[in-house]
Amino acid sequence: MTLELVSVSKSVSGRVHIHATDLVLQNGSMNVLLGATLSGKTSLMRLMAGLDKPSSGKILWNGHDVTGMRVQDRNIAMVYQQFINYPSMSVYDNIAAPLRLMRKSKSEIDKAVCESAALMKLTPQLARKPLELSGGQQQRCALARALVKGAGLVLLDEPLANLDYKLREELRTEIPKIFEASGAIFVYATTEPEEALLLGGNTAALHEGRVTQFGLTPEVYRLPKDAVTARVFSNPPMNFISVTKQGDQLSFANEQTAPALQTLDDGVYQAGFRPDHVALTRRTQSALEFKCQVQVSEITGSETYVHMDHQENKWIGLVDGVHHIAANQELSVFLDLAHIYLFGQDGSLLAPATYVKAA
Amino acid sequence: MAKITLSKLAHSYGANPQNEADFALKEMDHVWEDRQAYALLGPSGCGKTTLLNIISGLLAPSHGQVLFDDKDVTHAPTTARNIAQVFQFPVVYDTMSVRDNLAFPLRNRGMDAAYIQSRVARIAELIGMEDVLAQKAQGLSADAKQKISLGRGLVREDVNAILFDEPLTVIDPAMKWALRTQLKSLHGEFGHTMIYVTHDQTEALTFADKVVVMLEGRVVQIGTPEALFEAPGHTFVGHFIGSPGMNFLDATIEGQQAIIDGQMIALGAHYGALSGRTQIGIRPEFIRLNKKEGLPAIISRVEDVGRHKIVRAQVFGHAFNCIAPEGMEISADVMYVTFDPARISVFADDWRVEPNVKKAAA
Amino acid sequence: MQKTVNQKAWFLVLPVFLLVAFSAVIPLMTVVNYSVQDTFGNNQFFWVGLEWFSELLHSERLHAALGRQIVFSSIILAIEVPLGVFIALNMPQKGLWASVCLVLMALPLLIPWNVVGTIWQIFGRVDIGLLGHTLAALGIDYNYTQDPLDAWVTVIVMDVWHWTSLVALLAYAGLQSIPQAYYQAAKIDQASRWSVFWFIELPKMQGVLMIAILIRFMDSFMIYTEPFVVTGGGPGNATTFLSIDLVKMALGQFDLGPAAAFSLMYFLTVMLVSWVFYTVMTNLDKKAGL
Repeated sequence: MTLELVSVSKSVSGRVHIHATDLVLQNGSMNVLLGATLSGKTSLMRLMAGLDKPSSGKILWNGHDVTGMRVQDRNIAMVYQQFINYPSMSVYDNIAAPLRLMRKSKSEIDKAVCESAALMKLTPQLARKPLELSGGQQQRCALARALVKGAGLVLLDEPLANLDYKLREELRTEIPKIFEASGAIFVYATTEPEEALLLGGNTAALHEGRVTQFGLTPEVYRLPKDAVTARVFSNPPMNFISVTKQGDQLSFANEQTAPALQTLDDGVYQAGFRPDHVALTRRTQSALEFKCQVQVSEITGSETYVHMDHQENKWIGLVDGVHHIAANQELSVFLDLAHIYLFGQDGSLLAPATYVKAA
Repeated sequence: MAKITLSKLAHSYGANPQNEADFALKEMDHVWEDRQAYALLGPSGCGKTTLLNIISGLLAPSHGQVLFDDKDVTHAPTTARNIAQVFQFPVVYDTMSVRDNLAFPLRNRGMDAAYIQSRVARIAELIGMEDVLAQKAQGLSADAKQKISLGRGLVREDVNAILFDEPLTVIDPAMKWALRTQLKSLHGEFGHTMIYVTHDQTEALTFADKVVVMLEGRVVQIGTPEALFEAPGHTFVGHFIGSPGMNFLDATIEGQQAIIDGQMIALGAHYGALSGRTQIGIRPEFIRLNKKEGLPAIISRVEDVGRHKIVRAQVFGHAFNCIAPEGMEISADVMYVTFDPARISVFADDWRVEPNVKKAAA
Repeated sequence: MQKTVNQKAWFLVLPVFLLVAFSAVIPLMTVVNYSVQDTFGNNQFFWVGLEWFSELLHSERLHAALGRQIVFSSIILAIEVPLGVFIALNMPQKGLWASVCLVLMALPLLIPWNVVGTIWQIFGRVDIGLLGHTLAALGIDYNYTQDPLDAWVTVIVMDVWHWTSLVALLAYAGLQSIPQAYYQAAKIDQASRWSVFWFIELPKMQGVLMIAILIRFMDSFMIYTEPFVVTGGGPGNATTFLSIDLVKMALGQFDLGPAAAFSLMYFLTVMLVSWVFYTVMTNLDKKAGL
């Protein structure tokens, strides 16, 4: 099974929601759509599901054109951010509903419902009504209903966004297991980079209706094609600094210098680095030192977030351990050259951070 | 600005509470210091919203008292308490301009126009909305509306406390950072007493000076983020704080050693005789994976979350999470784990046990 | 959210199409047919073109009826909308009394038009009506069959009694949908009662109030039964509204041609005003939805 989008685009009354997109989702793959609110995640999912018709382009399912086909005629399941269940039916009947529509035999239904309820840890709640359950259990019920019909394509639109933090953590670790057991193509929309990393599989980074990069999740994370993808796939956001290359030297905001790559032309570039690579102590001889003005620091118990201004840029550092850093003081932070990404003026990646290759 | 005292406070929604289970809020005595930022943290249904409503005056507690600076306000209405509150979803006056929204609480109190103007300008700058002051609130995005709500909460300088009820729920992750930091620096600048309700541990820990962890209508621990992380007072705090939470193993405690299935594990301190169910707790951050020594662990899954790896393993048949640094190679076969003895916590019947002799740790 | 395209739905709508065709389109065509012809009975018709229309446009009788109609609709909107909102604001939010209020409010709406007319016709009579008799006993000279002003007051009070509940119920539904957080925020901001109404309740009720105004406008503009039962359009022509005039013309005088032309113009006017309302409403929605 494959789902293929061939230069699919969508405009509504003159406004482009999705720019021409090519995407191939392979059989039994987990695919994360990562992007901020209104970046086009839901629009793209609706196109995949057939809930909306693309303005141009084709959608192929196993090589067959399904572009105009109605969602009811395609084998698709969808789970939303809101917990959508039939309120007057028991959990058992909720899960059984899609199978009854498919006119399965009673014994088949019973077997399938019990299996998926066991997978979703809902067996003790089967006789209860959805509204008597906790939020997490309600969403499990919706997930079970989506999975039970054995759909080839399962679309999950921020399914954990309305859950408590700890419940989210719990379901996050379970979704990959469920996915592995189902063998379907999963598409999972989220705004949180950490969630994408936890789910693994492939990630498509979305920004303003464009898929900026699609590939293996760790690869998209460590080798972003451009600054936009790097920004989308970084929480806290990636830090940037302007760099000038002249001769064999790179000059970082006229403050620090480093030897330059031979292949690079003279000119002005953007350097990016992730908050967790900022250090408060010098770890390598060649590390760059920047003097920043601390805005505020936050302690999570094991780590410290330092929010600071470096010239006109706002930076965030995430350092291990508890550090009480008072606001409005000057602070030296260190950065290994190996952790720096170099982007061109147009945002495209020119040189990845060298630690990626080493790893 | 005020100190908030909760004296023998308890609440039951039913008329005649028979036993503890009937109380949505179990009896508590706490003093919340002036000028501190507190976070109320707990899963949904733990009573944190009930407690917030009692402090804001929306709900009168069935038992006990609430005092602001030693003045009893238990039955005083919201208006008499001089507080500000920011809600989960943006509450803005749609037909007013952004400027009028911000000025509204001041105008209603008859402040003079020059003061209102300067104050509104200051707040607009803080929330980054100087450019849209003249616009109507109606057409703005949810983030922008929530920023107006935050601004309206901060506009009065003389409030006793500012209450936040999960104020960042509707905000995008990238925006959350910016807003939370702004709130934090505003607290540093104005020094209001702030109470922030959330179920998100990162929000709670990064925002607050002191975090109040609640479970089933009870406050299980009040402490700094460090204290909650390093010395959780209850297994629930260990589990709830940290991502993933603390690992627990049933163990017999004998002096300075824990015994699990005949295996000895060194503890950082000496403990007296304990009764009930005894457990040791160790955070994923303080576990070292290696190929040679320690307790055997079966690796079931490795999750690469970018800045580090979460290793899901089995130790003594229990699910066990460890954190390994970015770039560390983890082979899927059997590995060993070692614990940092000083970081092991001991619990009896879910409550933390302090060691006998502190210096034993040395 | 957009809906799925499903052509099957058209088949399900087909019966309604047929029904509407028989109940509305065909009779309407008959009226159009009459409006361009004259008849002297015996089913003999003569083509007159647009003569009836131009005659009606210059008819003082029609102008007077239209004027009365506009005044009537304006007065009852000006009374019923604020009064309905006021009642809704003062109804209990929840509990037993809320249900009791809702049932009491709904009662006038359940009474048929002609019964309402009959009730008020008797109620206002000086000889046996409670209202008329009481007013007379107080020395007030009240007689809706003789005095045009009394007739107007009676018809308006009757309409207010009959229909204010509808506005109140709609406004009440609008108020119920306002989250409690708004009221609490207003308390914290020390907003006055007036501010709460003006900045929270009224903007949130805007949508339902527009619907209430639209419904009440259409209904009152076409009012017939109640004033016909109470005053019969009198005294003189004092309460002869458009529809009463139309009936007089069509059935009283049997001027089918002019009456048909009248009907069409009447119909178009109501359509036009409703369309204007609808456009304004949807534009407001769009603005709010941005």
